[in-house]
Amino acid sequence: MTQQNVDSTKTVPQQFDASPDFRGLETRGAHAWFGTHHALADVSLRFPEQTVTGLIGPSGCGKSTFIRLLNRMHEFIPSAAMAGEILLNGSDIYAPSEDPASIRLKVGMVFQKPNPFPAMTIRENVLAGIKLAHLKRDNHDDIVEQCLSRAGLWKEVKDRLGASGGSLSGGQQQRLCIARSLAVEPQVLLMDEPCSALDPGSTLRIEETIKELAEKITVVIVTHNMQQASRVSDFCAFFLTDGGPGYLVEADATRKIFTNPTDSRTADYVQGKFG
Amino acid sequence: MITNSATDRYQGIEPLRPWAVTRSTRLKNLSRSLAFAFVAFLVTLVTPLAKIDGWAVAFLLINIAWIVGQTSRLGVKERRDAVLRVVFTSLAVLAFIPWMSIFITVLLKGYRAIYPGYFFSDMRTSTPEDEFNIGGAGHAIVGSLIMVAIATVVTLPLGILSGIYLTEVRGRLTFLVRFIVQSMAGVPSVVAGLFIFTTIVQPMGKYSGMAGGLALAVLMLPTVSRTAEEVLKLVPDDLRSAGYALGARQWRTAIMVVLPTVKSGLITAGILGVARVIGETAPLLLTSLNTNGFVWNPVGGTVASLPTYIFSMFMYGTEYSTSRAWTGSLVLLALVFGFFVLARRLGATAAQKAQTDSRKAKKLKKKS
Ligand SMILES: Nc1ncnc2c1ncn2[C@@H]1O[C@H](COP(=O)(O)OP(=O)(O)OP(=O)(O)O)[C@@H](O)[C@H]1O
Ligand SMILES: [Mg+2]
Repeated sequence: MTQQNVDSTKTVPQQFDASPDFRGLETRGAHAWFGTHHALADVSLRFPEQTVTGLIGPSGCGKSTFIRLLNRMHEFIPSAAMAGEILLNGSDIYAPSEDPASIRLKVGMVFQKPNPFPAMTIRENVLAGIKLAHLKRDNHDDIVEQCLSRAGLWKEVKDRLGASGGSLSGGQQQRLCIARSLAVEPQVLLMDEPCSALDPGSTLRIEETIKELAEKITVVIVTHNMQQASRVSDFCAFFLTDGGPGYLVEADATRKIFTNPTDSRTADYVQGKFG
Repeated sequence: MITNSATDRYQGIEPLRPWAVTRSTRLKNLSRSLAFAFVAFLVTLVTPLAKIDGWAVAFLLINIAWIVGQTSRLGVKERRDAVLRVVFTSLAVLAFIPWMSIFITVLLKGYRAIYPGYFFSDMRTSTPEDEFNIGGAGHAIVGSLIMVAIATVVTLPLGILSGIYLTEVRGRLTFLVRFIVQSMAGVPSVVAGLFIFTTIVQPMGKYSGMAGGLALAVLMLPTVSRTAEEVLKLVPDDLRSAGYALGARQWRTAIMVVLPTVKSGLITAGILGVARVIGETAPLLLTSLNTNGFVWNPVGGTVASLPTYIFSMFMYGTEYSTSRAWTGSLVLLALVFGFFVLARRLGATAAQKAQTDSRKAKKLKKKS
């Protein structure tokens, strides 16, 4: 289960779901490099549809790197390289025929640092994805209200939708970014520590949103908050590094990870003994 | 070592870049472009489209037609994306054409007079219509470099300081300083020359490289300080806040945090300034004039410079002197180009340098 070796590159990951016509996001023997620095090694994971998976692990173990591999954001770093396969509903998102822009439309992302478009109003920010990708939607008002409500921001901003996105507080900006990513209706939503700048109230609201989202789509969330991981996720994957590349230690149902993990390092980590 | 065991464990797994354009695709694209270029040439033979512009139109249309055909099985969005890419590429090439034609003209007309001595000899012992193997523009190159150096030494600190004043200090005179800098940008170069002529050349009673350098400085300052201001504005306020939160005073923050962040931009500001003035002729005719020999002393009377050298050679009007003038222009272009390359070198941040170094190391490894 732990220390996966070279041979596992070609094996199908067995976590969660072993069915051959698997639907959702899947990685097989994924590696990532920054120049010559091997940052992430041999991660095979499955993220089934309608589930939430939490990625946990100490700082620098490659969680962000991994999550950026999943929607082809890794390649924006000039020296970046990768190996392995990333499959969305069975088709390789790194196949030459795939268009990265449409991949990213299907696999959305919320960043750790809020990044609303400062030149756009709150309303325009929510609709930005629809405009940028030329999506055809006619109920713009409904979309704005619905997405902002799901992100727990509607009440605070409904009277000033024309204000600049940059005029909000840090936590509000983050919720605006979540609303923005919901508006294009992604199949998968990647969230890299989305709540690290939020107050407990907004955090709970976002967690509810994540659970609602999981009724339809796949959510992958990186978090350093163990309570959050245990609250929102159906499955958990624990990453670690011992100086070399980060690797996957263990992935399983969240309850199992938190009560009876296979690897003693996982137990130590979730109980706060290191990391 | 841990790293070693990790490397061993994952041996045989090659880092890939599936997003990169492969060499075979690139080759395919190139040969297709060449084929299309040839077809476009054939089109110009049989249709009213003619000459180079007709060819360009035909070439563009063929490319767009091909893309539309290629992407017909894909969605509207992909097709629009592909067509726009062709249009933008063509526009970029179009913008490149005037530059290329200038460069090629200068090269074709100027290469004849080039020989090693051209860069080291002056014209004291030769006349403009001598054979190409005697005489040269060494004195003009030296004069130009000295005057541009004087201008740079004066303007770079001033320009950066005014940029800092406008973006960091934001004092009460901000508006005034910005206004003056901007209106200076509109000063005709002859006027700058006249200004130095009356304030420096007349009181000193002689033309000099110093006067020429100062005239160039007057013209260079607005470019440098405008660019420096724009570059400094790009520094995010978070960085300044971080400096202040460490207890640094404004001045220290500006010098130690803000300036190093935009080092390459500030060097570019200097280079843009140099490129702006190195070809200026009018102000030099009023301040440093021209001479036939090397002059190293910036206050020792008239000095030659590349623009005035080119000017006087053209004025002479014989076949040989005209060729020499073209060669001077070539040297001028090469100097500006050399400055840009140098600036990129100097401006590379430590991180970028580390990257190029590791890439070089990798290449070496592959070779051995
Ligand atoms: N742009 C980059 N260039 C070079 N190396 C990078 C880059 N980004 C990350 N790394 C390296 O990759 C490794 C994994 O980084 P990553 O950001 O994925 O960690 P993380 O698990 O997200 O940590 P954290 O919990 O602190 O966000 C680190 O060793 C880091 O130094
Ligand atoms: Mg991270």
